Amino acid sequence: MTDILLEMRGITKTFPGVKALSNVNLKVRKGEIHALMGENGAGKSTLMKVLSGIYPYGTYEGDVLFEGRRCQFRDIRDSERLGIVIIHQELALSPYLSIAENIFLGNERARGGVIDWGETIARARELMDMVGLDESPNTRVMDLGVGKQQLVEIAKALSKNVKLLILDEPTAALNEHDSEILLRLLKTFKARGLTSILISHKLNEIVQVADAITILRDGATIETLDTARDEITEDRIIRGMVGRDLKHRYPERVPNIGETIFEVRNWNVYHPLQPDRRVIEDVSFHIRRGEVVGIAGLMGAGRTELAMSLFGKAYGKKISGQMLKNGKPIDLPDIPAAIRNGIAYVTEDRKNYGLILIQDIKRNTTLGKLRKVSRHGVIDERREIVEAEGFRQRLNIKTPSILQTTMNLSGGNQQKVVLSKWIFTDPDVLILDEPTRGIDVGAKYEIYTIINQLAGEGKGILLISSELPELLGMCDRIYVMSEGRMTGELTRAEATQENIMRLMARMEGDIRANGH
Amino acid sequence: MQTVIKQFRANIRQYGMLIALLLIMLLFQILTGGILLKPLNVTNLILQNSYILVLAIGMVLVIISGHIDLSVGSVAAFVGAVAAFMMVELNVPLAAAVVLSLLMGALIGAWQGFWVAYVRVPSFIVTLAGMLMFRGLTMLVLKGQSVGPFPEAFRALSSGFIPDFSGGGGLHLLSLLIGALLSALLIAIGWRKRLSDIRYNFEVPPRGYFIAQMVILAAALMLFVYVLASYEGIPNILIVLLVLIFAYTFITNRTVIGRHIYAMGGNEKAAMLSGVKTKRVSFWVFVNMGTLAALSGLIFAARLNAATPKAGVNFELDAIAACFIGGASMSGGVGTVVGAVIGGLVMGVMNNGMSILGVGIDWQQAIKGLVLLLAVAFDIYNRNKSS
Repeated sequence: MTDILLEMRGITKTFPGVKALSNVNLKVRKGEIHALMGENGAGKSTLMKVLSGIYPYGTYEGDVLFEGRRCQFRDIRDSERLGIVIIHQELALSPYLSIAENIFLGNERARGGVIDWGETIARARELMDMVGLDESPNTRVMDLGVGKQQLVEIAKALSKNVKLLILDEPTAALNEHDSEILLRLLKTFKARGLTSILISHKLNEIVQVADAITILRDGATIETLDTARDEITEDRIIRGMVGRDLKHRYPERVPNIGETIFEVRNWNVYHPLQPDRRVIEDVSFHIRRGEVVGIAGLMGAGRTELAMSLFGKAYGKKISGQMLKNGKPIDLPDIPAAIRNGIAYVTEDRKNYGLILIQDIKRNTTLGKLRKVSRHGVIDERREIVEAEGFRQRLNIKTPSILQTTMNLSGGNQQKVVLSKWIFTDPDVLILDEPTRGIDVGAKYEIYTIINQLAGEGKGILLISSELPELLGMCDRIYVMSEGRMTGELTRAEATQENIMRLMARMEGDIRANGH
Repeated sequence: MQTVIKQFRANIRQYGMLIALLLIMLLFQILTGGILLKPLNVTNLILQNSYILVLAIGMVLVIISGHIDLSVGSVAAFVGAVAAFMMVELNVPLAAAVVLSLLMGALIGAWQGFWVAYVRVPSFIVTLAGMLMFRGLTMLVLKGQSVGPFPEAFRALSSGFIPDFSGGGGLHLLSLLIGALLSALLIAIGWRKRLSDIRYNFEVPPRGYFIAQMVILAAALMLFVYVLASYEGIPNILIVLLVLIFAYTFITNRTVIGRHIYAMGGNEKAAMLSGVKTKRVSFWVFVNMGTLAALSGLIFAARLNAATPKAGVNFELDAIAACFIGGASMSGGVGTVVGAVIGGLVMGVMNNGMSILGVGIDWQQAIKGLVLLLAVAFDIYNRNKSS
């Protein structure tokens, strides 16, 4: 018999009007990596909030047993005292403080309220070594990339004598390389006997590291799979999560590709604050009607910067190069000009750049081209409602009403509102930057279907994604970027994960070497 | 009945402040033994608060767009001083002086808008600087003294009443007529909206509810006009206020510009990436505020019949408080013109009521501060509960 570290028995949690969890069971053995899977809204986060005491004892039914003892947490401090530490998807670091200060935030190395800097730095170094963070403890957190910030969070958890580490979508914001490092780290921890619960949407990662997988659907436990016993495949997990076979992760499309609709030649962009740093170097590419073109690249390869610089110079200074639409040169000095010329850019960060979260679906939908529903600057609200309602139905936005505030929607539905907004502007070319980031399998499929539909209407689609399977599944052609340059172009037939990765990791030196 | 309750619930936030205003009025009506709503006092209430309400209308746009303007009191004083200088010392004709004063307000707004929108200095700092600068310039223009009196025609702006064709005696008939026309207009607008809602197959409140709503609205309006008519009639300044309230409500609710202001205040980056010219919107919001501050300064100078170096002190705080009591959000994107006006009236009625009761200025300040805090805390509590 293996030791059970944590057992949650018959957990039921009701909110006014909804049963978020009904009779959920979870058993985690000591020293394993236990994956918790399920679509958005399946109850994963709610379950973890019960476990960490965010929902205090008494607000739910059922038992939580940790190391065999029944727990009655009143708040998150209670659970942390026992060594249960949760790292949320949105990192809780203070950007202007140093790494060391962040690690001991709320748990300062101090005597009588006076901080002992010697010990703080020394202990921080130890913890940073454990997570493989090679930086000075005095570096400000804002100067680190997301991947390293994640490591700071983990170091912070370790400082609290953690026994059970819960990671909520730790790799959602990370590129392949950083994800790899993080997963390897989890395995090292496991070897040292640390138990972790991993929540993730990335199936390949789960298959790679998990010892056991518990699947939740609609607030109930569906099953727990054991990698030692069961044969685990991605399809197997998906079936459990959605309750049916998703035959294809990517919907079928018969490409109907026409002439070139959008072309960029010798595009150069300089950094807005460091005028001699070239962020995009000599990039050229083209998109044809009805074609889905992908851009692959590591974080920092310049994909978002390229997209935004094309979109009415929303990024960068000293932009040079030529942009052609339907063979004619166009100049887009600002975003309204881009919209007028039928270019749309769907941002990778829908909460900060995509939506006005405090406004309703209707207002978000029409914001990009209000003149379509107005005359002489006066908005016809009825026509607006008809339009927004049309998008709600067409894109299957799950909401009681288009007057619902977008803040209250799930990630997938928010993404559909952002797509509505840009489809509403009648674009010919859509640049989609990570359109499925952080949304669940079912909603992803719907987004893919919408993308295919748009391509079917003869629009040109530029799809930026960090998920290689997504690019391979959706695109007719894939460009690969590295360090601000295009390092390759692959047709659907040529493209494989391996050769894309090889092109992604190609550095300046390699290109020079190849040139000689 | 169910639908009535549902309708009421849906509007509770919108009507919450109005109900609070009515309760406060009722309270003071009782405490003052009926003096508060005497025709003379109602007229006074409007005259006393007009210049704050004009500021509040401009301020709510500034706050919705995510900024703040601390300079409006000083700008009002400065424009009042320049207007006095023009009219009293230089004998500039009235119309020209008024137009030039408003233009000067717009120019001051453009100055501040430039720093906020294009140099991206936080509006708090730009307008704090403006507050000091224009106070100093006011004293400079006035050489530290009061300048007045103004021509009679100018004073009519804030202390005159619309003429009456009956030639005095008894009720002010033109006022009643205007009240009736306004009621008819409001009912017509409501009816047209209802018809078009039905045509678009939208859910509309039941006919009985709609009629009751319209009758209450018209009755309240007529009662108000009747009270005014039994004194001197509708004050000129009320006409100015009504035009501003209608115009700005229309702009914020129905126009593309209004939508852009709300979008920018709600999320500036997202608005910019959706094609809203955020810099331009910020700039014009300040130009508008400057113009309204100038108007407020003219009204106040006309009311005192002099421009004084101390005019407009703390006006900005009253205007900002009015917006927040009226439901605007500190972080931008939320607020209404009508809310700001109601917020201004809440403060105004309390000032007036407490003065009648003989409460000292010391206690008045303290109580007003507490009301501001409680009103906003209540609003936040409600919002957290509903989400």
